[in-house]
Amino acid sequence: MLAKRLIPCLDVRDGKVVKGVQFRNHEIIGDIVPLAQRYAEAGADELVFYDITASSDGRVVDKSWVRRIAEVIDIPFCVAGGIKSVADAGKILEMGADKVSINSPALSNPQLIADLNATFGQQCVVIGIDSFFDVASGQYQVYQFTGDETRTQKTQWLTRDWVSEVQRLGAGEIVLNCMNQDGVRQGYDIAQLKTIRDLCKVPLIASGGAGTMQHFTEVFQQADVDGALAASVFHKGIIQISELKAKLIADGISIRP
Amino acid sequence: MIGIVDYGLGNISAFANIYKQLNIPFKAVKSAAEIQAVDKLILPGVGAFDYAMQLLNGSGMREVLDDMVLNQKVPVLGVCVGMQIMANSSEEGILAGLGWVDGTVRKIDITKLSHKPTIPHMGWNQVRPKKDMEVFAGIDYEQGFYFLHSYYFSADNTNDILAVAEYAGEFSCAVHKENIYGFQFHPEKSLLNGVTLLKNFANL
Repeated sequence: MLAKRLIPCLDVRDGKVVKGVQFRNHEIIGDIVPLAQRYAEAGADELVFYDITASSDGRVVDKSWVRRIAEVIDIPFCVAGGIKSVADAGKILEMGADKVSINSPALSNPQLIADLNATFGQQCVVIGIDSFFDVASGQYQVYQFTGDETRTQKTQWLTRDWVSEVQRLGAGEIVLNCMNQDGVRQGYDIAQLKTIRDLCKVPLIASGGAGTMQHFTEVFQQADVDGALAASVFHKGIIQISELKAKLIADGISIRP
Repeated sequence: MIGIVDYGLGNISAFANIYKQLNIPFKAVKSAAEIQAVDKLILPGVGAFDYAMQLLNGSGMREVLDDMVLNQKVPVLGVCVGMQIMANSSEEGILAGLGWVDGTVRKIDITKLSHKPTIPHMGWNQVRPKKDMEVFAGIDYEQGFYFLHSYYFSADNTNDILAVAEYAGEFSCAVHKENIYGFQFHPEKSLLNGVTLLKNFANL
């Protein structure tokens, strides 16, 4: 059986791992490489590194830490943030990342998804989507430049339409960040994830809202996602990966022991 | 000396990092001259079948590689697309494969999936060995290996199947024929199991 994936997410700003609440007020958690190593040893199935400053600053960011991570960990990892071209992605993959995740630049230039697919294959192309529930319209909408609160903006896309579009263009995996839930630890946005699951023919990763071990059970059982991503519950030691795995196995979920 | 074949495709550094940790001599080989100096070969690969064959055919190493593998029986390990190109052909492309192990590379049949169809097959999956081979010594089958693919190697001869995994039914996730080994999963991304496997291959 294919195991469901537990994916610690490390938000990186200026070479340090940080964590914010609802995408705001970032605090420093620690250095990247030792944290990455600790998670790999603790049983993480995969890691994601988001350079949260890159897209919104519009600057070239030093990504030499990618090579340092590749040297110490033997599990797959994905790098996101500021990858705007096939050449940018090529550099990250050459340094040892297994996948690249594109968010804001894909919204600015959707053709980038098709170009990445054609060059590196579908399996490398992850699309991150920041989705916010707009109470006025009653719709989930896609946001851009969420790494910088002064530049965050609503896009023209409804989340469901963008999910279909990125698949048409050749995405290999979708990470759905449910912004209303991010950092508040009230549980994953099951309702939204279920809707998107119906439209999503590629692996779907839930992101935003994990607070207890039960939240993981719920998202796997009710939304049938392929993986669950979380940050603060792991960084702050609220949930130990080994205990979480034991609980999920006891709940009948397919998990790598 | 293990030679990691660098034909412009695949994560050379992931294999290099593991052999560095294990203190096992290796080098990335890029030319016919370099490749002749090694006594074991790793053929990595990610991406599309035809692109991989184009690069390999144009690398200047193809002839020497065929001779080393087929005539001199040098042990070779193909990983992911590096395994797939060992077949005769692929549903993904139109170019001929290396033809080292008889078989066809086929697309995973999503109609056989009992859950929501997801291609690529991505993540950790358990494997089941079909032969008792030294290369699998010390492997924890419960832990499994990391997979990331949409196509798989369908071997013509069941004797060539080294291991199987379950995804849209049972498929061959490892092949073996004489000195030739192929893994669909990524040992270089599969923690201890992967390290053990790469070590076993080095010790063959």
